[in-house]
Amino acid sequence: MPYIPHDGLETAAMLAAVGVDSLDQLFDEIPPNLQVQDMALPEGLSEMALRRELEGRALSNAPLRCFAGGGAYAHHIPAIVWEIAGRGEFYSAYTPYQPEASQGTLQVVYEYQSFITRLTGLEVSNASLYDGASGLAEACLMALRIQGGQGDDKSILVPENLLPGWRRVLDSILGLQQIRLVTVPYDRVAGTLVLPAEAGDAAALIIPQSNALGLLESVDVLTDWAHGHGLLAIAVVNPLALALLKAPGDWGTQGADMAVGEGQPLGIPLTGGGPYFGFLACRKAYVRQLPGRLVAKTVDGQGRAGFCLTLQAREQHIRRGKATSNICTNQGLMVTAATIHMATLGGHGLQRTAVLCHERAVRLRELLTVVPGVRLPYGGPFFHEFVLRLPHAAVAVRDALLGHGLLAGLPLSDWGMGEAGDLLVCATELLDEADLLAYRDALTSVLETL
Amino acid sequence: MSKIPETLRYSDTHEWVEDLGGGRYRVGITDHAQELLGDLVYVEVPDIGKAIHGGEVCGVLESVKAAADLYAPVNGTVMERHDGLGDNPQWLNEDPYGQGWIMVVEADAAAWAGLLDAAAYAKLTES
Amino acid sequence: MSDSIFDHDHHFPAVELPSDIPAELLRKAPLNLPNPAELEVLRHYTRLSQKNFSIDTQFYPLGSCTMKYNPRIAHTMASLSGFARLHPDTPAPAMQGLLQVLWELQEWLAAVTGMAAVSLTPAAGAQGELAGVAMIRAYHAARGDHERRKMLIPAAAHGTNPASAQMAGFAVVEIPNLVDGDLDMAFLDQHLGPDVAGIMLTNPSTLGVFERRIADIAARVHGAGGLLYYDGANLNAILGRVQPGQMGFDVMHLNLHKTFATPHGGGGPGAGAVAVQERLRPFLPLPMVTRSEEGALRWLDEGDLPQSIGRLSAHGGNVGVLLRAHAYLRRLGRVGVGRVSAYAALNANYLLKELQRVGYQAAFPERRASHEFILTVSDLQKATGIRALDVAKRLLDFGIHAPTIYFPQLVPECLLIEPTETESKATLDRFVAVMAQIRQEALAQPELLREAPHHLPVGRLDEALAARHLDVAAAQ
Repeated sequence: MPYIPHDGLETAAMLAAVGVDSLDQLFDEIPPNLQVQDMALPEGLSEMALRRELEGRALSNAPLRCFAGGGAYAHHIPAIVWEIAGRGEFYSAYTPYQPEASQGTLQVVYEYQSFITRLTGLEVSNASLYDGASGLAEACLMALRIQGGQGDDKSILVPENLLPGWRRVLDSILGLQQIRLVTVPYDRVAGTLVLPAEAGDAAALIIPQSNALGLLESVDVLTDWAHGHGLLAIAVVNPLALALLKAPGDWGTQGADMAVGEGQPLGIPLTGGGPYFGFLACRKAYVRQLPGRLVAKTVDGQGRAGFCLTLQAREQHIRRGKATSNICTNQGLMVTAATIHMATLGGHGLQRTAVLCHERAVRLRELLTVVPGVRLPYGGPFFHEFVLRLPHAAVAVRDALLGHGLLAGLPLSDWGMGEAGDLLVCATELLDEADLLAYRDALTSVLETL
Repeated sequence: MSKIPETLRYSDTHEWVEDLGGGRYRVGITDHAQELLGDLVYVEVPDIGKAIHGGEVCGVLESVKAAADLYAPVNGTVMERHDGLGDNPQWLNEDPYGQGWIMVVEADAAAWAGLLDAAAYAKLTES
Repeated sequence: MSDSIFDHDHHFPAVELPSDIPAELLRKAPLNLPNPAELEVLRHYTRLSQKNFSIDTQFYPLGSCTMKYNPRIAHTMASLSGFARLHPDTPAPAMQGLLQVLWELQEWLAAVTGMAAVSLTPAAGAQGELAGVAMIRAYHAARGDHERRKMLIPAAAHGTNPASAQMAGFAVVEIPNLVDGDLDMAFLDQHLGPDVAGIMLTNPSTLGVFERRIADIAARVHGAGGLLYYDGANLNAILGRVQPGQMGFDVMHLNLHKTFATPHGGGGPGAGAVAVQERLRPFLPLPMVTRSEEGALRWLDEGDLPQSIGRLSAHGGNVGVLLRAHAYLRRLGRVGVGRVSAYAALNANYLLKELQRVGYQAAFPERRASHEFILTVSDLQKATGIRALDVAKRLLDFGIHAPTIYFPQLVPECLLIEPTETESKATLDRFVAVMAQIRQEALAQPELLREAPHHLPVGRLDEALAARHLDVAAAQ
């Protein structure tokens, strides 16, 4: 029987020690009418048969060259990353509640926290949240706590050009506490945010860099506007892009107050949507409002340096109903992989990768402008994603390009944004010149036949 | 056995109050409270000028293993806060009635009368 | 002094930044991340891993965490390139293989729980709880009942329960447990009413014993118009034998990283799938997988489920974790799931008997252990001042991870011990022998425990200093 080591003799000896005649008797406190004999489950498979079945399922998913982004990106992950992250000592360890037995995990998380603070330019980072979108919801709740409480009818200013999938998560999580989300519109020509006319009673302004259209916002202006109106500035950023773009801690005259984002680009495979991780960094003054775990460096009784979880009194296992968040299990293994990934690439490698992604996107955009019928609706600066405006419905073009082995991009109409022909296209370092030419040729061919 | 100075009065939520005269009272947490909480790492105190209401939460005490609400022992207004506790929360453990004082409030004389005396508080902590 | 990744750095020439991005949008301060060589990275993190206790290397009887073996085949299957390279927005026709796996998992979890429908999207138990109580709220609201603002939760419940209820906008009413571990029924009756949305329970409870009056509790709560939420953290005790749906629960979450053997990873990722009775199906979180009569699989969306509580993450949830749980269930099959709870119960009851035989006090000696049980060392505290914490730290010296301590708070100086079904008799016997020795030490040489652990890279750490100094990132 899989994974249960007892043989008949051992079982008998243990039953005798307990003083029962059968395994069933161990359940004699449970009313018999609650015990079922059968459930609608298939027979178990041997490992060999399981492998065959699942390898078949995996292969049946069409192999596609990926030109889709929208918050999840196809990047190269060095082989070393999951070799180490998959080691049993990392893979099967628990949350480091007994720090003496968990110095490996604790130091990895401390290094992760350190990397994130350097990328974001903010002083404190937590040990991760579930993903970027739910992380943003947590950042909003944090902003409301800092600014004086949810009961005071405060709101959050949410850009219309934040990824719509993230907006839906904010609606779901923040809606439970009657928090109002006020939409800040974007200019349909420029694709970037219009400064709000007034702040109202908002606690914070969310500033995405880049936005859902791949375009870069005037983050200094937006950050200063927020501060000038007494709002906190919550930066939403791609961690790989931060190797290239201005760190949120340097936005405006005072710097953003919090930075949150999706950590998937840092060594996490796409895997159909998860597990990823959300990172959240903030000014040191706000550390007590930070949700999630936090690792600190300290010493033991003999003066040896070591690491432990800290400020646990904020968390659910102590503060219960008054905790900063209900989060318990977070995304530890993904953080381990991301830390190793950042160490492996190094600062230099991260920058080179970010530059390569951008160069590929610039090149692809250049190649596609000359495809008949294709227009580029936005002319402003962008990072590694851009919008094509096609003469046919983007959904139809995307579907047709599947037949050419391409996941050509994300139709904005799926998000209720832009026009029917708008397709968000992404290029990363995984693509070479031949891939870009193949895309151009396939697109040309599909547009001719549609 | 925790210390309970005779000259002070107490709330049933483990705060002590010292009569400074002129309608002013100094407030802190008792030896019993700091023992229960363990090593304190942080205390959040209301701002100067803030009105506090007896029996209601007015701040937070955080230790390594627990977080507890700080209750206002009397109705009043905060006149002084001990900001030095920010860098030295261990004073709450080491000297809860002296260097561990938390705030000074302006309150009614009637408020003082309504508090427990040392004997009554001792009884409370024994149970 | 511990080796830091920042100690390994090599110089590289500056990278030329793109000229088509305006200078004011580019990095001002140079990126100050180290540039170690690949071998340095490998050695650094490999050595760090060797400082960890893990299931792969140590017996890990953490109560309520279900630290069972994480089958490696699950990891291999989840890492197959055909799954790993899939972008979440791949159109359904191009990822039928993945959707088939997720659809099957939905079906199997519904079977195991005795519920009508399952959503796999919550990213962890706590997010599952949030979804669950949000669905309860949505259910009452849809019926025009807006007065039900309160959620009843036992005092001994896991901290995520009241935290999740509060996040969902409820006021929490704590129900006391009586000293024998049972729920205070008189208190329950007093507080049930038209302002109560429901109750959050787990069964077996956090006290490690089966709540025998569950049918009665369910009847009372339903009678007062409330719903019952089941915290699935302890499902390992009854997997394949009892279904929460049959016990009267309306909605529940499962912890796939506990019961279904997905890795704990040093603190996640988990997955907190939710399962519901038919009347809550319209409110399930999106997305879910559906299958047409012809066998085509696709995601359900807002158009299909207009009353859904919405989405809790940007994509479909922790798919990689779901893949692992699927592989595990497929290996076990119908017969295997029943064996899980049977052997989890055998191992727990065996340890309970043996540890009592060597002198330890059980919190509920007259009850059967479920998949876990509680010991109290208050007697040691009275004898020599030794506390549960000291026993826990001394266990580390013997290469055994400590059990859960000080939870539930109802039992003073408690150890909550859950061996799981994947541990052999030999491992359990060694644990008993070590615990016997520690007990003798506690009585005759207590300083051995008080100064433990002696044999690990660090001893007990100054947590007060950690909180006061807050060194949470390496100085630049």
